Amino acid sequence: MSAMTVLTGLPRLIPPGGPLSLDGHAGRYGPMPERDPGGLIADVERAGLTGRGGAGFPAGRKLRSVAQAGRSGGRLGRAGGAVVVANGAESEPASAKDRMLLARSPHLVLDGIALAADAVGASRCYLALHTGRRDELSMQVGAAIAERERAGVDRVGVQIVPVPRGYVPSQETALISLLNGGAPKPAFVPPRPYQKGAHGRPTLVQNVETLAHIALIARFGADWFRELGGSAGSALITVSGAVQRPGVYEIALGMPIGELISRAGGPAEPPQAILAGGYFGGWLPYSRALGVPVSDHALRAAGAALGPGVLIVLPESACGLAETAWITDYLASQSAGQCGPCANGLPALADTLKQLAFGRPDPRGLGWAEQLTGLVAGRGACHLPDGTAALAASGLRIFADELRQHAQSGPCTRVQRRPLLPAPGHTWGQRS
Amino acid sequence: MCTELLPELITADPWGYPIVAPGQVPDDLLPLARRAVTACPTLALLLNRDE
Repeated sequence: MSAMTVLTGLPRLIPPGGPLSLDGHAGRYGPMPERDPGGLIADVERAGLTGRGGAGFPAGRKLRSVAQAGRSGGRLGRAGGAVVVANGAESEPASAKDRMLLARSPHLVLDGIALAADAVGASRCYLALHTGRRDELSMQVGAAIAERERAGVDRVGVQIVPVPRGYVPSQETALISLLNGGAPKPAFVPPRPYQKGAHGRPTLVQNVETLAHIALIARFGADWFRELGGSAGSALITVSGAVQRPGVYEIALGMPIGELISRAGGPAEPPQAILAGGYFGGWLPYSRALGVPVSDHALRAAGAALGPGVLIVLPESACGLAETAWITDYLASQSAGQCGPCANGLPALADTLKQLAFGRPDPRGLGWAEQLTGLVAGRGACHLPDGTAALAASGLRIFADELRQHAQSGPCTRVQRRPLLPAPGHTWGQRS
Repeated sequence: MCTELLPELITADPWGYPIVAPGQVPDDLLPLARRAVTACPTLALLLNRDE
């Protein structure tokens, strides 16, 4: 390997201290490695790297699919090279890792984009960022891109693409729709992006953290990547809610949740539950959560998920039913409005959960809520209805005691506090 | 509309959108399936070929 020193242990992705210039980056990680496309793809496959944007799809397999589609010219893909889209839009409200990575280690992400571009034969590279609160970040990343242009390190220039705010615009096919001049709304597949995406070409859409891991695998190899996390590697996890030190932590996957909460300073007030996996994830009672490893497999077995690496600690002073109703209400407002079951079903689910949390006792409410979660799942162009249904169903299970109490005596006093969970720009009952 | 064309495979949800029975469309129902897809006013139905 051409790096000056191999990184050992943690951190891998986030350098200690401030953002690194191109020279500082080369000093810490070593120069950009020369890798033949086939070799890099094989290394990423062997590393077993899975996507860090939430879906957890094997990164090597995605690279290989786009590379093959590009080569075949294909019935669907036009000649002229593939496209790489680095997804840094980070629409999950409780996630902060992608913007932190882009601010502190932009060259690692940009290396990953360049390496992926060579691996799949791309002639265009885009970096998707949310507009609005991202303007400072866009400038910082733009400066890093300009540094690389002056140094002549990249074969293909990276173009920053502003993405409108919202939960759904950063979805894979929504991004491609946006790049093709349309609205950022999800599209039905097939064709999948790797077959026909931006400008009709085979397109790789990859989360920025995933690309950063690829940049390190290219330097240090698959075996190095697998040294941590029981071979699953490291990941950036955003810890928030009722903890002393909320923030982004890089961990070896498989660390028990309790250990990560301790690293974040422990609970800031008596804890009740943890939401794991972001808004398509699930709730865990706090005491049961502590021993669960931070990994997709273990979290799914426990009824939650890893998602884009999000953990939120809910304090006793909050009402889990009310918070679940709030998230569902927010997600319902985020429907692209394209698919009947989602556009109709999610608002109905949100209204039913609000009734259960805040309204007079209604014996039919729970049954109707459960029926709705079954009705909407899997019936849209994207996973908004499925994810919302899973989150709602999880809340109804984990907060079953609260449900019973509300059904007997009406809302608890804890519903009076403002919702704790973040929902940017949302107010109760707001629809798209 | 589709639930009338193809009741063997399609039922309606509370808002009139199709709930489709899982699995492949039997050969004898294919012509009706194609008609249902074409007739859908909201493009809520798709017919996919299994590769």
